[in-house]
Amino acid sequence: MDENSSARLKRRLLGIVYRIGLFLAMLTICLPGLWIVLSSLRPTVEIMAKPPVWIPQQISFDAYVAMFSGIGKGGIPVIEYFRNSLIISVTSTVIAVAIGMAGGYAFARYRFRGKSGVFLGLMLTRTVPGIALSLPLFFLYVRLGIIDTHFGLILAYVALNVPFTIWLIDGFFRQVPKDLAEAAQIDGCTRWQAFWQVEFPLAGPGIASAAIFAFLTCWNEFALASQLTRSVSAKTLPVGLLDYTAEFTIDWRGMCALAVVMIIPALTLTYIVQKHLVGGLTSGAVKG
Amino acid sequence: MATVSLKKLTKRYGNIGIVHGINLDITDREFIALVGPSGCGKSTTLRMIAGLEEISAGSIEIGGRVVNDLPPRSRNISMVFQSYALYPHMTVRENLGFSLKIAGAAKEEMDRRVAEASAILGLDALLDRRPSQLSGGQRQRVAMGRAIVRDPDVFLFDEPLSNLDAKLRTQMRTEIKKLHAKVQSTVIYVTHDQVEAMTLADRIVIMRDGYIEQVGTPDEVFRRPATRFVAGFIGSPPMNLHEATVDGGQLVFATGAKLPLPAQFKANVAAGDKVVFGLRPDDIYPTGHGLSSGDAADVHQIELPITVTEPLGNETLVFVEFNDTDWVSRMLNPRPLRSGERVAMSLDLSQAHLFAADTGKTLRS
Repeated sequence: MDENSSARLKRRLLGIVYRIGLFLAMLTICLPGLWIVLSSLRPTVEIMAKPPVWIPQQISFDAYVAMFSGIGKGGIPVIEYFRNSLIISVTSTVIAVAIGMAGGYAFARYRFRGKSGVFLGLMLTRTVPGIALSLPLFFLYVRLGIIDTHFGLILAYVALNVPFTIWLIDGFFRQVPKDLAEAAQIDGCTRWQAFWQVEFPLAGPGIASAAIFAFLTCWNEFALASQLTRSVSAKTLPVGLLDYTAEFTIDWRGMCALAVVMIIPALTLTYIVQKHLVGGLTSGAVKG
Repeated sequence: MATVSLKKLTKRYGNIGIVHGINLDITDREFIALVGPSGCGKSTTLRMIAGLEEISAGSIEIGGRVVNDLPPRSRNISMVFQSYALYPHMTVRENLGFSLKIAGAAKEEMDRRVAEASAILGLDALLDRRPSQLSGGQRQRVAMGRAIVRDPDVFLFDEPLSNLDAKLRTQMRTEIKKLHAKVQSTVIYVTHDQVEAMTLADRIVIMRDGYIEQVGTPDEVFRRPATRFVAGFIGSPPMNLHEATVDGGQLVFATGAKLPLPAQFKANVAAGDKVVFGLRPDDIYPTGHGLSSGDAADVHQIELPITVTEPLGNETLVFVEFNDTDWVSRMLNPRPLRSGERVAMSLDLSQAHLFAADTGKTLRS
């Protein structure tokens, strides 16, 4: 066998190894999701079976029907939870992105005293685990009377997301050459117009990806929400999952069904903007 | 169209001075080149004129109007950036029309002026492309088109050709010159390339460390450099500059070599003066291969060994060794030379320059 054909063979073998590796990795990532979907469709006996039943024997949508059937018939206030989740996630995302744009632009474009200190401070807030804040926040919110309200949770989520959005958006504005805004100003724009006409559209994909991240953080957040909300008027979907736990039993099927309901909007949104998301992540990562 | 005048224009960042109170009057429709090494303050000066950089002291007038604190959009200027600064998310047409759109011009007016600029620069086929789909030279033309569309009082160019390869640079240089002839407006052109400055400008401003060294026509700065710095900066290859001491009717170089004191400076120097002697490569040549016939009274003959030759086709740059220092000379109608060969050289001392060693100022009266 000559050198060329052995090199070709090696390349092919490596290709196969890569594919197997990728398949295993994807399996690890996707299996829990698939398991949730399956569990929402099969009876509790099958869910609890040992050894696990891989192929469902019978499939039913009972859990989904029950979920929307109202109190007393195994239902939970899904619509209310969904509405709460949506209001809280969207509002806090919009605010976090607005602050992130202002902050990111300032860090990317201006020189000011204590700039790196402030930036580091913002990043350090990310090192504190959210759950550690839940008790102090709880007391504070009770005193302020904003416990169990949309406003309270929105406030917490904005604070949680702002450092991240600033960091991400800063990276994107840095990639937009300064010359462009200057050229726009010479072309007759005010500073404000130059921003909206030139810099904003160019940093757009990055801002969109920051928004998605902020949205998903709020949408999926459980620890803080479970401490700061308790009534139907403020509870979000992840907290709603707890409705399926009773004193002695856990309705795994119902819980999985609600989890699926929760995942669908997040998945759809991510799918729609995934092109921006991937492009945004890779280009934002390189900060000159 | 307008005059531009800078009065004691100063730029400081904290305690660090970048531009030190420069004065400059630019007449209407003049093509002025600001040239100097990097860090000399030429770009900062241009950016202050554009309004992109605040001025620390002094004043700027455009068309007789003081514009010190006006934002860029109120100065009626346009600028071509080194990076072209085309808006990547807009087509060429939108790039060209952007300033008109911002000004709220009517659609017909916009189309007409974009078409005009596009015709001048030959951009018609590219109007619907985006900047990323254009070559460097095309982008450069779009950037110029965007400047033309505004019909400004003053065009500012910030090293517009630096990002192009050598061939394209020469080509675009010609286009800029043609463009100026067509649109007849005041141009301030920043470059570090003295060839660009010489070929394009009506007058050249040579800057160094935030001061103006000399202002003059290309001919003036080439033939009568005011300082040693200008002498060394303008001209390619650069002038031979060597320190010497005046000793009677002679110049004695540090290496011990001697040359007669050029006649035109005899009245201006005294024995013992430390000077810098300058002679352009054009004025030192293998005898019979120079610009002048070689029979002028002030031509000094000397035999020197050749170190290196650089043939350029129609001429050859010949490096000769003159008592341990390298001198470059230009040989017209070249014949093959070997390194190490000793050749008879003519030094046309009537064209020589002398500068004071301490101040660097010319000793020409």
